[in-house]
Order: sequence, then C-alpha cells, then structure tokens
Amino acid sequence: MAHGILSQILDYSSRANPYPLYEELRKTPVFHDGTGPYVISTYYDIQSLLHDPRLSSDARNLAATAGDPLAEGGEAEETALPPSFLKLDPPEHDRLRRMTNRPFGPPHSPHRVDGMRGGLKDIVSGLIDNLGNTEDIDLVDQFAYPFPVTMICQLLGVPREDEPKFHVWADTLAASLDPDPDADPAERQRKTHDSRMELGMYLAGLIEQRRKDPGEDMLSQLAVGHGPDESMSTMELLSTAALLLIAGHETTVNLITNGMLTLLRNPDVLANLRQEPGLAVPLVEELLRFEPPVQLLPQRTPLVDIEVGGVTIPKGSSMWLILASGNRDPNRFENPDRFDPYRKDIQHLGLGSGIHSCFGAPLARLEAQLALTELARRLENPRLLEDPPPYRQNAVLRGPRHLRIACDGIRA
Amino acid sequence: MVDTALDQLRRSGRIVVVGASLAGLRAAEVMRQKGFAGSLTLVGDERHEPYDRPPLSKQVLLGKADADHTLLPRRLDIDAEWRLGVAATGLDMAARTVKLADGEEVPYDRLLIATGVRARPWPNEAEGELDGVFTLRTREDGAGLARALAAGPRRVLVIGAGFTGSEIASACRERGLDVTVAERGDGPLVGALGGVIGAVAAELHRENGVDLRTGIMVTGLEGDSTGRVRAAHLSDGTTLECDVVVVSLGAQRNTEWLTGSGLGAGPRGIACDAGCRAFDLRGIVTDDIYVAGDVARSPHALFGYQFLSLEHWGNAVAQAETAAHNMLSESTDRRPHLWVPAFWSSQFGVNIKSVGVPSMGSEIMFTQGSRAERRFTAVYGYQGRVIGAVTFDNGRWLQFYEKQIEACAPFPPPFTTVDRRPDGQRPIPADFPDPSVPTHGPTITLSGYSPADRRIATFTPAGH
Ligand SMILES: Cc1cc2nc3c(=O)[nH]c(=O)nc-3n(C[C@H](O)[C@H](O)[C@H](O)COP(=O)(O)OP(=O)(O)OC[C@H]3O[C@@H](n4cnc5c(N)ncnc54)[C@H](O)[C@@H]3O)c2cc1C
Repeated sequence: MAHGILSQILDYSSRANPYPLYEELRKTPVFHDGTGPYVISTYYDIQSLLHDPRLSSDARNLAATAGDPLAEGGEAEETALPPSFLKLDPPEHDRLRRMTNRPFGPPHSPHRVDGMRGGLKDIVSGLIDNLGNTEDIDLVDQFAYPFPVTMICQLLGVPREDEPKFHVWADTLAASLDPDPDADPAERQRKTHDSRMELGMYLAGLIEQRRKDPGEDMLSQLAVGHGPDESMSTMELLSTAALLLIAGHETTVNLITNGMLTLLRNPDVLANLRQEPGLAVPLVEELLRFEPPVQLLPQRTPLVDIEVGGVTIPKGSSMWLILASGNRDPNRFENPDRFDPYRKDIQHLGLGSGIHSCFGAPLARLEAQLALTELARRLENPRLLEDPPPYRQNAVLRGPRHLRIACDGIRA
Repeated sequence: MVDTALDQLRRSGRIVVVGASLAGLRAAEVMRQKGFAGSLTLVGDERHEPYDRPPLSKQVLLGKADADHTLLPRRLDIDAEWRLGVAATGLDMAARTVKLADGEEVPYDRLLIATGVRARPWPNEAEGELDGVFTLRTREDGAGLARALAAGPRRVLVIGAGFTGSEIASACRERGLDVTVAERGDGPLVGALGGVIGAVAAELHRENGVDLRTGIMVTGLEGDSTGRVRAAHLSDGTTLECDVVVVSLGAQRNTEWLTGSGLGAGPRGIACDAGCRAFDLRGIVTDDIYVAGDVARSPHALFGYQFLSLEHWGNAVAQAETAAHNMLSESTDRRPHLWVPAFWSSQFGVNIKSVGVPSMGSEIMFTQGSRAERRFTAVYGYQGRVIGAVTFDNGRWLQFYEKQIEACAPFPPPFTTVDRRPDGQRPIPADFPDPSVPTHGPTITLSGYSPADRRIATFTPAGH
C-alpha cells in the first residue's frame, strides 16, 4: 500500500533503485498522506505544473503547517544569504536569471559554452591519463567529481586550490536538501547555516578582488554588471555565485557517474558509443530521462487552491514533483524502464521545464557527452567491480558515492 | 471489414500534392510514414525544393543566413516525382486530373492542395515594378531584399506594420539603417493583437529608432529617371525620400487556378471540413480532395466552428499531418484538425508568441509581468472565456494559457499568479479595430459568424 511510501523513498536502502517505489506512487498520481507534501508523480501532471503560474518556488509562500520533511530552516538560511533565483518567483527570478545568463549564454554570450569544449576535453584527457591502477578505479573520486569541479572553478574564476574548502560547505549544503532521519534537525540547521555563511564570506572575498581587477570569468562579469537591468546587489551576487558553484558540480557528478554505471550495465550501448561518438548526444538525453541527477523538485507551493487530477491542493501546501518518476511514466514513454538511446521521442523532465529549467543545461550536457565518449573510447574492456555501487545519502541529488571499476588498460 | 478500395489506394494509388512547400512536404512525408506505397507527385511553381520562410524576414535580412540555405530538413526519403517550376493551372474534378502549365495533365486518386498564399502586391502595378520596391514571401524576395539592405540604402520604407513588416523594420534597425514604417491602423500588430498590445509594439519601434507613422497611408511611389524608387507620397500630404520600399500588406490566397473547377475555393481560401476534406461550390464535402496550410479555411471546434484561415507555420505542419492521415484512413479512423493556433515572431530583440485567437477577444488582461518592462503575458477574453494569449519575452508560461483556452476557462481568470502586477488586476478593452475597416492582413482570418464582420459574412466562390 501507498502508506509510508514517502519515507521508503527517502530511506537510504531505496537509494540504489527507487524506481519500483515511483511506480507504486504513480498509482496515486496526487499522493498525500494527510500531513506530508502533495506528491506528483506522473509525466503530464508534472509537465503542466512546471508551466503553471499559480505555483510558486518561493518558500515564503509555504503555509506554516505545510508539513514538509524536506523543508529547510528558512529563517536561519535567510540571515546567511538571500534565496538564490532557484527559490524565487518572477519578477525577481527573471531579473537575476537574466543577469546571470548574460555572461553565460545566448544572446549576449552565444559562444561561451561551446568555447569551453577544448578546455573541457583537456581536463577529461588529463584525468583519464592519471587514472593509475586500472585494477581498481573509483570513477567518482578520480574522474566524475574532479572534472566538473575543475570546470566550474574555471568558469567562475574560483581558484582550484580552494576546492577542499568549499567542497565541505557544498557537501553540507547539498545534504541539507535531504532529510536524514537520524540527524538532529537543529544541529543540521546550524551546520547548514554555518556553511552558507562561510561559503558566502569566501565568495565575498573573491568578488571584492574581481571588482578591483576583473577578468574574463563569470564572477568578474557578474560583479561588474552590464545591461539594462541594474547590477546585482552584493548579497544577490553572493547567493547567485553560491548557487552556480554548488549546482555546477553536485549534479554533473551524478550525471556522469549514473551514465557510466548505465553504460556498464548496457555493454551493447557502450560498444556502440565507442563506434559512433555522435551517439553521445541522444544518449545523454536518454540518460537524463532514465537516471536524472535531480530526482525531484521539493520546492513548489500553490498561491491559490489548485486542482490536479481531481484533487484540490490547498494554497500554501508543500508540493513535490518527482521528475524521475514522470520520466518513467508508461503513459508517456514506451518501455520506460528500458535504457534506449535510439528512442525517437525523448522529451524528458530530467532538467525540469518552464522558467526554472536547469540553468546550466547546455554545459551539463556538453560535459556529460565529452566525459562518456572519452571514457568509452579510452577504457579497455571496462567492468563494474561492485553493482549496485554505494550511493550518497541524498535522495534528491541522487548518485553513487563511489563507482569502482576495472579495465584492461587505457588507450591513447 | 476491410475497405478494399482504400487498401488498393495505399498499395498502388496515385496521390498528387499541389504546392511543394511546408505543408506539401510534411504531408508527403507522413503519407510515406504511414506506408503509402503508390505514386506520389509533388507539383510546385517555385523552382526550389521546399524551403522555410520564417528565416526570410529574420536571419536572412540580418545577413546571418543565406536565403538559399533555408531548405526544410527532410525527415525521410519520400520517393516522389517532383514537378518543380511548374504551376498547376486547373483542376478537373470529374476526370480527377490536375492540369499543369506545361500542358500536361496529372491524374490522381487523392489530391492534396497546399498552394498557400502570396504577398499582396502594391496596388499600382507600375509603381510596384520600380527598382527597389519589394514584397517578402519567397526565397528570391528574401535574397533581393537582403542584398538591397546590405548595399546600405539611405532610408527604407516599410508599408504595413503587421508581423512581417515589423520584423523587417527590426532587421533594418539592427543593421543600422534608417527606416520609416507607415501603417494605416493605429499601431503595429493591431490587426492580430489589438490596440492595447499595438501601443506596446509602437513603443518598441520608436525606442529602437524606427520612424513609425500610424494612421497614415502611402498614396503613391515615385521613381527616378532610371526606374528606381526615390520617394513615397503619404496621405498627410508629405513626401518621404527612400530608396528601398517593402510592401508588407498581408497575403492573398493562391486559389485562382481553381476558378471554374467547381471546388469551394475563393479569395478567402479553400473551405474544408474539420478533417481537411475540401468542400465543393455547393457546400458538399468531397472525398478525394484535401487541403492544408495557409490556403485552407477550416471550422474549429474551439471557436464555435468558425472557419479559420491561419498563416502560421505550426498550423501548416499540423494540418498537413491530419490531411495526410485522413487521406489514407477509413472514415472511422479519421481525425479532426484541432490545432490550437500558435504563432511566434521575433522583433527588436523581443520574442513574441501567441496562442488561440486573440483577434476574437474583446477584452485583455495582463496576468503576468508588466507592459512597461515589455515582458508580460496577456490573456484575451471573449464572452466570459479565455480565447487567446500573447507573451512578450515570457513564452515559457504559454503552455499553461494554451490549456486554459482548450478548457474554455473563465475570463477574467479567477485566480492569481506569480508576477501579477497592479495593472493586471482588471481586464480592459482589447481595442481591436472595427473589422469592416481594412488594416494590413492579420495572420488569422475569421469568417462566418461574426456579426461585426460585414465584409466577409459569406464566402465568395471562385469566379464570382
Ligand atoms: C517572411 C515570412 C515570415 C514568416 N514568419 C513566421 C513566423 O515567425 N511564425 C509563423 O508561425 N509563421 C511565419 N510565417 C508563415 C509561414 O511561413 C507559413 O504559415 C507557411 O509557409 C505556410 O506553409 P504552406 O505550405 O501552407 O504555404 P506556402 O509556404 O505559401 O507554400 C505554398 C507553395 O505553393 C506554391 N504554389 C502556389 N500556387 C501554386 C500552383 N498553382 N501550382 C503549384 N504551386 C503553387 C507556392 O509558390 C508555394 O511554394 C512567415 C511567412 C513569411 C513569408
């Protein structure tokens, strides 16, 4: 029965394969256990809610009674840094996202992402060259984590040497998204708050430097600010930078790791990718459907009572949109549990949709395409040493903590 | 029970498509996808393989794309006999043949008509032929105009501020050219989106340095001794010096070739049923002649079964797919063409999108964003329901409003939304011009039931 299914999904033991639970959940497309959030799990409902202007992403619209196991300590957080645009509605959201986009994508910076291709390739090659002992590689620690981190540091202009510092803060902040039933909530809240504060202070120092001596990196460009919108306030800039830094690596790691895991479980596809590198493009799309790095969006609340699939969801309720479940909805995708990069129609929810659709999508896609193509090409006869691998605690940003593989050698 | 005639059609029938552009090509592809194995002939009076038109008024005029590099992508090999550069000149419904300009007659078992529209020419033929005077519909038009703009004219005059005219003006400004827009109505886009949005569009023109003149008609064009246009005369008595003129006065349907055929074709298009089957002159539906794209005029369930003609890319695609499906299906398997009209345009750096039929709306309400910032969503109401919506740089919300239209949701919307501003609390009149007063062509033509619509209350059969 559906009761208790949310705690099952959050429970660590479901991490390796939450999909049967999602299937169970879809039997009650709008699931509500009386006290917890309203959980939406079918493709079409999620898709239309992501475009529904009656839904807010701003936690300040949550009723106090919303009863959300993922709810963060709102106040503590706000004293540290204002919410990033991920957690804001228009017009503030649009303004901040637009300003952030200026140095990042079209129309003002149409070549930024593509211009990183060469640099990304070098990072990938370097990491693969240094994999070392091919009998036992931890693909997370040796590849999937350092790759996007190096990249986001370059993009933002954050010194790579500082990685050990912000790694800790970033981990804590990512973990704050996840309800750990064993942790003391007050203790967790304090840790989250401290991490945000420290990350904020660290970034403030960098930004101060960039204001004096701007470079080509995004932090400099955001700090200097151009265009018709006013520039960002320092606090806005800090929370934006923190968002980019964290989102810029906590998700891509999982995309790449999930990708390699899926390929190793589907050796025919891996072989095809080696033969035809162009396959990487649809393959990454299918991956975003099949194993999305962001499993669910816990940050939505209706501004008015709304009706979804015959159920009235009261204003101020907490809503979760389970993207990963929508992606496996058989009403939308044929054989949804099959990994098939040759699928014709692959409009997945893996990067969200609507105004909050993943800001870094073009970069995440490119990184995953390059990483997987190169791994497929260079690793000789790669195989999993442990299946399923151990997962990270996080149910929202889901992915293996380690991925131990072996191979016969590394091609040039 | 198997329909043997249909089965035979699928295996070895003859299908002829007249109009080898967006709708024609897409229909042909769908027919093959559905397993049609007979002979397929595509007749097109343009010499080119099917190409895409929207870039012609956008990237091409900016010099970012070449007019001859906008070929439509081919999704599969349709194995067709192409008759390009040859116009169809007549239709014999009894003998089931299409006559071609080269004298040939092509027999068919099923015919799809997708001849689209053409640019309305400048009414004074001699003036229209002056060097430097353009319309914009075809690839040649696009290439010619792009060349003229690249040559750095001193002033461009655009006559008509509909979507195409506005896009041309925008491209001129982006190229740093001086441009005047003359519009008979009160503002740009007024025919399609009404006066309230027209006022926003007018600001957009002016802020971007367009010399926009509304409530003005161009009464004549004047050439120099070499036959080049040099000036235009305006209805306010002034003369404007210009060396490029773009006539952007809407479109005319390509139906003349059907005159006398007995098909229900006329200046407002070819009437068809919801399944794309053409009506004959007597209002009786044919079973072997189908219509799709800009040339079609079909009843829409969502809009009181009014006959709509849409000059929309997406409509051409969807209608072609429906027509192709129905041509090869049992009567019980046929599908209606229920596409919710949707249109996009991009001008002055703003992305404009609309769904539904804004021009049917009498009221408008800004549900999100702000007019002053020119980022907003506005909803159109008609008799207490939502009938259309338009977004300026706010397109990601459009899908929601499309569903509202499909669901005949109440207007004004009884709920609040994110980004609702003070000026979006109440509906105001949408301010469409009296339809009996001509403006430049809107991209939707309604006909049939609107009592205000005195001119077009009946459809005009060809040849009358
Ligand atoms: C400059 C421009 C910009 C546009 N921008 C947009 C936009 O931004 N968004 C949007 O939604 N839509 C836009 N459109 C509209 C869109 O291009 C049309 O809706 C679409 O092309 C319609 O396709 P169709 O196949 O029905 O007709 P057409 O593309 O007009 O094709 C009809 C074809 O039939 C041929 N033909 C005509 N008579 C005969 C005959 N007797 N024998 C043989 N062949 C014949 C014609 O020469 C033509 O090649 C734009 C159009 C133009 C011109």
